[in-house]
Amino acid sequence: MKNENLYNYILGVADNSLILGQRIGELCGHGPSLETDIACTNVSLDLFGQVRSYYQYAAEIAGEGKTEDDIAFLRRERQYKNVLLVEQPNTDFAYTIVRQFLFDVYHLLFLQELQNSTDETLVAIAKKSIKEVSYHERFSSDWIKRLGDGTEVSHQKIQEAINNLWTYTDELFNQTDADKAMVTAGVGVDVTSLKRKYYETVTAVLEVATIAIPESKWFQKGGKNGVHTEHLGYMLSDMQYMQRTYPGMEW
Amino acid sequence: MKNNWPLWEVFIRSKNGLEHKHCGSLHASDAEMALENARDVYTRRLEGISIWVVESKDITASNPENNGELFEPAQDKVYRHPTFYKLPDELKHM
Repeated sequence: MKNENLYNYILGVADNSLILGQRIGELCGHGPSLETDIACTNVSLDLFGQVRSYYQYAAEIAGEGKTEDDIAFLRRERQYKNVLLVEQPNTDFAYTIVRQFLFDVYHLLFLQELQNSTDETLVAIAKKSIKEVSYHERFSSDWIKRLGDGTEVSHQKIQEAINNLWTYTDELFNQTDADKAMVTAGVGVDVTSLKRKYYETVTAVLEVATIAIPESKWFQKGGKNGVHTEHLGYMLSDMQYMQRTYPGMEW
Repeated sequence: MKNNWPLWEVFIRSKNGLEHKHCGSLHASDAEMALENARDVYTRRLEGISIWVVESKDITASNPENNGELFEPAQDKVYRHPTFYKLPDELKHM
């Protein structure tokens, strides 16, 4: 494939939104309240909308008649390049909102930088997505503050989710070979440059939420290179069942 | 989940120059959450450009039992409509 680095780079960006969108989508009809249920579903649909734009572009680059659906539904687990954070299970609302918050802060910083890419399609997608993601970040940050600085139980649940998901944050700033090549080409975002601002923003919100920052300096990684936690396989079997069972089916 | 959040009334303005109109209610723990919920529940299809929320308990409403004395006396007062009055022909632009 010509432009293989660009193809892989786009999947690296888009797979995060696909998998997180699927995770939040699992809550459709099961949210803690009617209002929160709709809010989560909206976030999920925003992410799927962004994913479609990325995959359509990737399919164009791949050529050979590939479609966005092939990319979404017909890859194997090791070919998904999302970070481990976004595939972690919903567990409870604290985990759901903490995972969302830890990703949203990154996502917003990332899209702000992607607007400076030399690739016009990526710039257009970034500009469209940034308003949606600004709202996601506001929504999840407000919930972190509300629950962290809420009752004794809500505080303890948010603290537990932060403690357990913190280990997945550092991977956001790892770079694959495709990432590095695209940064050099002026197309990709140098994620290492976002790291300081990320932890500053996250820390500021957690302080207001009276949540302690975990001290552990040991972090999980692997998703960007296709080495996932056990959770992704189960998600993919749900997501891919229809296309695998009835190849080429359409609604 | 037992929802013990207070109830809020939501008002949406659909366009500049139009007034906010009541469009429904929702539950939220505080005003900020009420605004976010209103955005998510009532403006998903481009319904508005401005949202007001007010806690339902802060609204004083008329009692339907008093409808007779409150509203029926207006039924036979057609002269309160400007159209009741005949305008002299010399008056233009009214």
